Amino acid sequence: MNGSFEPEDAALDPGTAAARATEAILHSTLHGTERGVVVDSPPGAGKSTLVVRAARELAAAGRPLMVVAQTNAQVDDLVDRLATADPDLPVGRLHSSEANPYDTVLDRHPSVRTSAKAADLAGLDVVISTAAKWAYVSNVEPWQHAIVDEAYQMRSDALLAVAGLFERALFVGDPGQLDPFSVVGAEQWAGLSHDPSASAVSTLLAHNPELPQHRLPVSWRLPASAAPLVSDAFYPFTPFRSGTGPGDRRLAFAVASDGSAPDRVLDEAAEAGWGLLELPARNTPRTDPEAVRAVAAVVRRLLDRGTTAASERSEEPVPVTADRIAVGTAHRDQAAAVRTALAELGVPGVAVDTANRLQGREFDVTVVLHPLSGRPDASAFHLETGRLCVLASRHRHACIVVCRAGVAELLDEHPSTEPVQLGATVKFPDGWEAMFSTWEFWSRHRVPWQP
Amino acid sequence: MSLMTTLARMEAVAAGRAQPAATVRHRHLSARPMALVPLTTAGEAGAPLGALVGTDRDAPRLLVVPQPRDRDLRFAFLAGLADAVLPYLEGYADGVETEERKETDPETGKKVPVEVELCADAPQLLVPGAGGVEFVRLLGRSMRFRRTAEQDPQAPYPAPPHVPLLGRWLTHCAERARVPGSSMLLSMTDLLARHWATGQSGLEDQHLGALLAWIDPPVGESGADAALRVELERFPDAASSGEQAGLLRHPPSGPATDPVFDNRLLAPAMARFDAARSAVERRDAERRIRELVASQLEPAWQLLWRGVDLLRKLPEGGHVADRWKRDRWSYTGHRDRVRAGEPPQPKRDDAVTAAQKLASRETAQARLEAQEALDDPLVMAARRLAGEAFAGEVTEVVMARSEGRRPMPRPLVTVRTDDRPHVNDGVRVFRVLGDKVQSAEFVAYEPDGIVLRLTGGMGQGKEPKPGSVPEEGDRLCWTLFEHAPRGGPALPDPEATPWTHGGPPPEGTLVADAPDPPTDEDLL
Amino acid sequence: MNASLDSRTPAPAPQAAPEAALPRQTEALRLRLAELRGPETAPYPLDARALAALAANPGCRRRALLDGAGVDKAALARAIGSPATFGQSQFAFVRGNAFEARVGADAGAELVRLLVETHRDVAAPGPEGVSVPDLTATGQAARAARTRLALTEAFTADRWSLLFHPMVTLDVAGAPAHLEPDVVAVGPDGHCTVVEIKSFPVVDGSADAAKVGAAARQAAVYALALGRLAERIDGPEPSHRGAPRGTDRIRPTALLVCPRDFSNLPTGEPVDIRKQLAVTRRQLARLTRIEEIAASLPEGTTFDLRPAADGTATRPVDELVHAVESVGASYSPECLAACELAIHCRSRSRGSGAVEALGRSVRGELGGLTTVESVLLAAAGTQGDETDPAVSSLRRAAALRAEALAGETPCH
Repeated sequence: MNGSFEPEDAALDPGTAAARATEAILHSTLHGTERGVVVDSPPGAGKSTLVVRAARELAAAGRPLMVVAQTNAQVDDLVDRLATADPDLPVGRLHSSEANPYDTVLDRHPSVRTSAKAADLAGLDVVISTAAKWAYVSNVEPWQHAIVDEAYQMRSDALLAVAGLFERALFVGDPGQLDPFSVVGAEQWAGLSHDPSASAVSTLLAHNPELPQHRLPVSWRLPASAAPLVSDAFYPFTPFRSGTGPGDRRLAFAVASDGSAPDRVLDEAAEAGWGLLELPARNTPRTDPEAVRAVAAVVRRLLDRGTTAASERSEEPVPVTADRIAVGTAHRDQAAAVRTALAELGVPGVAVDTANRLQGREFDVTVVLHPLSGRPDASAFHLETGRLCVLASRHRHACIVVCRAGVAELLDEHPSTEPVQLGATVKFPDGWEAMFSTWEFWSRHRVPWQP
Repeated sequence: MSLMTTLARMEAVAAGRAQPAATVRHRHLSARPMALVPLTTAGEAGAPLGALVGTDRDAPRLLVVPQPRDRDLRFAFLAGLADAVLPYLEGYADGVETEERKETDPETGKKVPVEVELCADAPQLLVPGAGGVEFVRLLGRSMRFRRTAEQDPQAPYPAPPHVPLLGRWLTHCAERARVPGSSMLLSMTDLLARHWATGQSGLEDQHLGALLAWIDPPVGESGADAALRVELERFPDAASSGEQAGLLRHPPSGPATDPVFDNRLLAPAMARFDAARSAVERRDAERRIRELVASQLEPAWQLLWRGVDLLRKLPEGGHVADRWKRDRWSYTGHRDRVRAGEPPQPKRDDAVTAAQKLASRETAQARLEAQEALDDPLVMAARRLAGEAFAGEVTEVVMARSEGRRPMPRPLVTVRTDDRPHVNDGVRVFRVLGDKVQSAEFVAYEPDGIVLRLTGGMGQGKEPKPGSVPEEGDRLCWTLFEHAPRGGPALPDPEATPWTHGGPPPEGTLVADAPDPPTDEDLL
Repeated sequence: MNASLDSRTPAPAPQAAPEAALPRQTEALRLRLAELRGPETAPYPLDARALAALAANPGCRRRALLDGAGVDKAALARAIGSPATFGQSQFAFVRGNAFEARVGADAGAELVRLLVETHRDVAAPGPEGVSVPDLTATGQAARAARTRLALTEAFTADRWSLLFHPMVTLDVAGAPAHLEPDVVAVGPDGHCTVVEIKSFPVVDGSADAAKVGAAARQAAVYALALGRLAERIDGPEPSHRGAPRGTDRIRPTALLVCPRDFSNLPTGEPVDIRKQLAVTRRQLARLTRIEEIAASLPEGTTFDLRPAADGTATRPVDELVHAVESVGASYSPECLAACELAIHCRSRSRGSGAVEALGRSVRGELGGLTTVESVLLAAAGTQGDETDPAVSSLRRAAALRAEALAGETPCH
């Protein structure tokens, strides 16, 4: 891989390393001769900042561009950032004809024009929309440039539907997060370079292996206590490091521990950046009431103890309020159960969601219900690395994992009888390996609890 | 496996017989399906050993390959198969209706109504199990690129007439079988398992005999006992069993054979055939092999038709005809391609074709799931359990209107329900209203029930059309899924495949793939 | 686990030194295992297929013990009246042999061509030709010794070498297993490739994924054994000028040779076996626990069939069944295609009403409800704690089902 991680980068401070990588990416984008540039962006590496900057530089160089994002929320966020960064830049937001097609915050920007027709927005420096909407655009002059955001979460066939709209593109995404999938079988194309169910980036590179691939080398989100684990477990080929050093991110409690297990695991997490609240081993259904209550209890204590967060962002420590906390689960019904439990404890305003919906978001402290908690065995769904990666990489300060004991045994007894498709690239990291290595690590920060 | 299915299976265990998994039949069952029961030789790439084929359960045609390594005998089998199957497959080609479709006129760019031919009915192939579908796929692949003597006088081993054409049809059927909800080529095990929950696992359900034993056990025996017997019972391995010693009493439904049959009966018979010197010896040996193969095929043949009988007893689901119509479109399309002299289906899909297939199958899956739920309360019950639909009684209706220049009716309806759907702000829900769909959006959870705001189905006027707004006491069923999911966006033509996906295929590759080069030791 | 992108470097083994990986079997354990299998009975040979199958159900103690003790599970199953359903048809056997012979014909010329095509970084053989050493010898130990010699020579030779049916031993829980790969190819660069010849076809570049997976796991077992042999041959000296040594010699990509399309012509497909290597190493390390399982059995337990002169078992059936039942199993329907004892274990599982008889995935949703009876009672409302989500869901499911079957639900 012709990435940008040379050994001497390790000696540079994170800011310089990241700046160098960004310059190289922008150079490739603006002056490169290849039709595409791929950027791997680990969690919190400044992907959106990069996209905004690339868009501005292309626009400033007189090269109008289109931007493809995957969800409306992502599109609105990019438009907002772009317009905030450069209030004079003419930006078009192409939207659907449904009700409430875009976030009304965009209406505050005088330079942003919104329309459901691409023709209305042609000529603007930057036009942004979702892949789904772009797929219906036809009869327009192709753009010279495009930026495809979250390209690893985009499915190959979604790229096929829009690639005719641009000549060259910058593809940015996080290779460690959830892969695209299909509810219908796609095995008959497994191993083909144009497997429509594969990710857009893997198809792109299968057909164009000479494209420059860059990497953003620093996560500004993950603290020094988390980056090594997440990098080793989920990004074996594209390692990254934390933008901050040990001690730069600190949590403190105004109220002392009451000796309960939730308090002790919070203390552990404040100290080490991670905590594992381990309930007794038992096979339970997904919405395990004890585990759900444990998650809610940890959140409750986090708020009750007047937790504050000190970081490079501000002089004074900042209170960790409900909006700075998130709970992550594997299943929707688990999220629903936690929401109910939090409501019962009188705790509003905490984001509770599945990994799918937490992608791209950031919090000070997260509490995660481990995908394997209470399970008698693991299925492919639960071992999916992307899921665990998203759940473990949302936090700036600390992450508390809640799980029943028995995961080590479950992994130990997991049968390996997977089919192998000829020609298909083997995906690393392996789900089992990622589960195993993270579990081993988190076990060192275990606080057992008999509720 | 959904919890509802799990529960049904456990009820089957307790009851000793299979429990319903459907109250209607969710797949089209032709009045005249063609059954195909194949057997293959072990260790070969699907080299056929024999088959029973036909539309008349009492008069199947037996085709046997006495020595699968002999190319001429194999070709004779394929010729026989073409003879039996092709007239049936092509027999539906001329019975047509006309349908009106809106197509975009290339000159004006407007959508104009066009009359298109649609075959009034289409063939249906039934095989015993998933292995049978794979066999059809493999046969299709092996045959469709062959050249007959007529097509290529230089071909060293010309295929018998019609064999390449049969190959194209079989490939079409097998590819269509990948579309969720299609009924052109069906596996009996899949068909039966869709409609009944047995007390064994899904893996074990792939044994047709055991599956039928659960669904329709013999009098005085439980489904579990009958299934076990059918699966495992062998003739005693003793002299008293004669030549059947050690064989399964109920031969597997194929395409794989019972290894004991292969080793004890078939192998010696084939050796005798190979060693035959005179025409008489050869004929006798061949007859012997035919008898043996028939003995392994007949039980599966009977089982397949028994399955057909059981399925016919179920009333057909409301949307089955609609999905069969799509199968008819598919049949008509292939018929037209053959008539137009187009080359056979390529060995590998290009990027655009693959993407189109994936997208259309996803739409078909969504459509199938929605339609099965709408057709069958048992299926809808599973969706309700999963939080994807809810049913209940209307407790309150409050008239309201939308804001803006033209206020439209937007009544608020409260539905009391015991279901717990995954609804929150802005989620859209749908219900059947006459022959249309009414949409609404979720407003709130109240103690009295779920509050919905109707957003459609009330006509264009200021007042809602009579009957379009539910009344207190009405029992309704709302779904979170769309009733008629639409397809996705258009994809570029293969000639316009973008650079990201390898660019357009090079000149000339959109033409037929070459036939496989023949060798001395081909198997198929 | 931090496998590098360079596919030529296999993932590092978790253990420090390859030989010290598995503890030497103590004499006491060896005696105990012999006792379990029957002192007159030779251990059933563990081949690569059996070793690869260890990964199929690692949680099953019954299988682990029987395989570890070298018990012939097929014979045991027959003796207790639950014979296995799978056997091999001689046609498959004959075909497999015929194809393999074809691949190896002409001193493996075809095979070398496939290897060069796959590993594009190694040159085709020149005038020096391909060495095909003779590995025949009497007895497994002699064959293994021959193989070691041939491999040693091949490592230093500057030419291609093909070892057909070599014999490599692998220490499995203290006892040697003798493994016989189809072919081991050594390139002029000193790298080794495991070649697996199978007779299922590759049509248009794709093959039955389950069969390819099984072949990959088998190849990984061979690759592991070869790696350890290479370590013994090369010794501890570091490599010179980047030449590979020890386990680094073994390519983490095996070559699968199958008939192409519908002919008998061979085609070679590379199969990345890094994941399978990691799994096999893990499974082999786990085998050490048969000691603990054996220790947990009641005194005097044995699976000895006490065969008569003609081979038939004379041991009373109920004694054998009792012995089998004295060690726990983990049955699921997947066992039916993989283990000779499955019919017996299934009947026990069904007899006890275990939910996993209906499928592995069934357990997950049911939480603490482990029997069919408890599920049905919970669904009926006569048993079970309403605060258990599994119980409340089952009750709801039962009610909805009953409503639908009674024809009471509205669909509109």
